[in-house]
Formats: sequence, structure tokens, C-alpha cells
Amino acid sequence: MTEADVVAELRSGMTIGIGGWGSRRKPMSLVRAILRSDLTDLTVVSFGGPDVGLLLAGKKVRRLVFGFVSLDSIPLEPHFRAAREAGAVEVTELDEGMLQWGLYAAACRLPFLPTRAGLGSDVLTVNPQLRTVASPYDDGEELVAMPALRLDAALVHANRADPYGNAQFLGPDPYFDDLFCAAAERAYVSCERIVPTSSFAQAPVQTLRVQRWMVHGVVEAPRGAHFTSCEPDYGRDEAFQTRYAEAAGDAGNWAEFIERYLSVPV
Amino acid sequence: MSITRAEICVVACAEAWRGDGEILASPIGTVPAIAARLARATFAPDLLLTDGEACLAQGVWAMGEPPPVIEGWLPYRTVFDVLWSGRRHVMMAPSQIDRYGNANISAIGDHARPTRALLGFRGAPGNTVNHPTSYWVPRHGPRTFVSTVDVVCGVGYDRAAAAGPSATRFHELRRVVSNLGVFDFATPDHRMRLASVHPGVTVDEVVAATGFSLEIDGDVPQTRLPTGDELSLIRTVIDPRGTRSSEVRG
Repeated sequence: MTEADVVAELRSGMTIGIGGWGSRRKPMSLVRAILRSDLTDLTVVSFGGPDVGLLLAGKKVRRLVFGFVSLDSIPLEPHFRAAREAGAVEVTELDEGMLQWGLYAAACRLPFLPTRAGLGSDVLTVNPQLRTVASPYDDGEELVAMPALRLDAALVHANRADPYGNAQFLGPDPYFDDLFCAAAERAYVSCERIVPTSSFAQAPVQTLRVQRWMVHGVVEAPRGAHFTSCEPDYGRDEAFQTRYAEAAGDAGNWAEFIERYLSVPV
Repeated sequence: MSITRAEICVVACAEAWRGDGEILASPIGTVPAIAARLARATFAPDLLLTDGEACLAQGVWAMGEPPPVIEGWLPYRTVFDVLWSGRRHVMMAPSQIDRYGNANISAIGDHARPTRALLGFRGAPGNTVNHPTSYWVPRHGPRTFVSTVDVVCGVGYDRAAAAGPSATRFHELRRVVSNLGVFDFATPDHRMRLASVHPGVTVDEVVAATGFSLEIDGDVPQTRLPTGDELSLIRTVIDPRGTRSSEVRG
């Protein structure tokens, strides 16, 4: 598939999960393709980085489900800040462990999973839809019932994938990519290189967490995570990220930046 | 070379992990990161530390350098396994903290439309009800030590108690370290107490810089000075480039 093929399968109003973490191994070429499309009113679920910032800047997001949004080396994401401070996006802000639990519940086809996280905090007051659940056993515990975060689509970026949707991460962290895929109705993997399945054996089998049963489409996207990191293929492009963050502060600079950024062929 | 305030803060933060045993120390910020390495290199040798990415690392190493020996794999999702097991003690850096230790890292102002959006809840709600938590405030002032935080991310003693036994079961706030002093919650109703002032700081200064009334019992002791060994570890092994002084001046 191409990025445009993936976007053609998405619809306005969908709930879309984006893999990676902060400014690390984000499916940026797919995010750019969404920015070029007429998709709108998305609910985005993410361990947020510039994917969230760009989609907010492009006015693609109605609701954001998140635990944090950060560029890592630049702690605060400028477009996220601007959108929050303008009241321009509805938010479901959660503890990041609750986010993992919600994805896992969806992957397991459970309505919720219990957790202690959230008790006593304003997670429960800013999200009045959240409920607690009493343990049916003798302990008497009252815990947060983290609802399943079901996704219409998941977008993740991998180092390698085969044409069937098996994907391999070669960096130190799988993040939550397989959970995003398993929680989604349809999951799409972009990758640095499509390879024959037999070549996966060059790295340990533990790198094969994203599997074809959870994936519906594969896109070959060399440098597809740029400017976020995609270890060990490349690190974060800090100079580019700094230009991104600086351009965000000024409407004219941003217009120029985003026009050039989106004109990069995919 | 005289002892700097930053070095006193490093030791005061390191003391948070004394006696913790074989648990994961998770420092957020420069001074806490130096402090956790110092604690392990001296009086808390069983602590687990990460390389700041996805691995657990042995040994003592300099800020900005990779660690010498990897002893385990700890990608983000397994941090929650450790966290929910309780075998972790985090030191976070709140933008606001109140007298019961409620802490805010999410937003200043109304959550629906903040005047200043910050990082988000991150792991603060789960951290505080699952395992010990301490806090580090590099610039102590009345806008950080506030009477009421705008968003409760890290759960304080009053909110945990109101939420019931599942919230209080593993809840424990150890200490708060600022550039002016050390604070704990060792009072009958867990209000924040001034435990010590750093050398060169008066109690009045701390009181004036705090937006709520601190519990103060009797003569407030001074925060202890680093030992010679600790100073040498900080200056020559852990932080030879002096990154600590960018977080705390003087």
C-alpha cells in the first residue's frame, strides 16, 4: 500500500490510535498523508509527540485521548499547548498506565480492566464518564474500571516488515505498537523497508511482536518516522525538530514550514 | 572549593531513597538523577536504575554518558509492571504542590481551558497510589507551593483518604526537596512539615516563599552537608560537567 491508500480507508470521525512514544518511532509519513487529506473530526489516541501536534495544527482532531504530549528533548509540544490553551480540542486526559490498560482491554475484547491508577486524582473529576468497580472478592477493594479504548484504526511505524503484515522493531523499545494494532479494527504498519519473511531471522525472534493477524496493510516508508527517532536506523533529527517547534510560534513561519513539510514526496 | 546549594540538594534528594532496598529509583530532573546515582554508589547499593531509555544499568556513570553495564530490559510497558508491583520510588518535579502533597503537572488554570498547558497527567496518578513518591522543586516559591493545586495529578494525603482504602493502601509521600529545604508529612494529619533548611537559608525565608502555612515544630535542623566521598563522587564521577548548577544556582 501507499500512504494515500491507507488514508483512503480512513473516514472522518474515526478513532485512530498512533503508535510510538513521545518523539520516538512515530508513523510520520502516515500523519503527513492525513494532513494532506480532507479527513476531519478524528479522535486520536496516542502516547503523544509531534504526531499529535501536527494533527492539532492541521485541525484534524475533535478529541484527544492522552496521558502526555511531549517532544522529549523539548518538553512541551507547542501545538498541543496552543490547542489546549485555545480550548480548541476536547480531551480525555488519563494516567498513561490507564491508556495502556484501555488498549489492552480493547485487545482482549473486555469492557474494562480494573486499576488503582486514577483513584483520588482529578483523572476521575475531569473524566466524569469513568466509573469505579467493587471487587467481588473478600478484599473489598474499590478500583477504577478503565474502559476499553477501541480503535477504528491503528497506525504504527516499524523498522522492517514483510508483505504479510509481520513487523519487526530493532530498537530498544517496542513501545505499545502491538497493543495499538490488536485494539484496532484495522491496523496499518509503515516500515523502513519491506523484506522477505526469511530475513527476520537476522535479529532475535523477540523483535517480532507485531504479527499479521493484527495488521491489515503495510506501507514501505523509508525515513517514515522522520523527524522522530527510529533506532537503530536513525536517531531523532533534533535540528529539524527545533525548526518545527520554533516555526510553531509564528503563524507566517508555520504556514511556510508546513507547506514545505507536506510537499515532501512520500 | 566550597559546597554549592546544588550539591546540598543532590544529597537531600539522595536521602529520599535511603533504606529502600532492591526497588527501581525513578528520578525526574537533573538533580534527582545525580542523586539517585549517588545514593546507589554509597548508602543504597541495591537500587535499580535505568539508562533513561529501555534498560536497567549497573555501575556508576556520568550524566550524559551511557552506563557501563546493562543488567535488564525495561521498555515503557514493563515500567508499569514494576510500578503496579510497588517496587519503585519515583521523584517527580511538580509545577504546583499543596500542603497535603497534591501535585500538578498537567495544566495551570481551568483544566477545560488552561491558561498554561503542561505535560499531562503522565504516570502521576498511578505512581502515587501504588508506591512511594517524593518531589523535587528546584525553584521554591509561592506559585509552586500553593494553597490549592489546579489539577490533582499526584495524589496527596487528604485526597487519598477521601478516596478510600484502595487509594491509601500503598500511598506514601516520602519527602519534598526544594532549593531551600527538605519537607515531609510526619504530622498527625499529614500536613507538610519543614524538616530541615539548607545551610544559609532561614526558616523565615522558607515561610515567605511558601503559599500555605507549613508545620514547624521547634528548632528546625539544617540539612546535612555532603561527605567528602559524596562530594568527590558528585564532582568527579557523576556530574563532572556541572549540569547540577544549571538547575540550582548559588
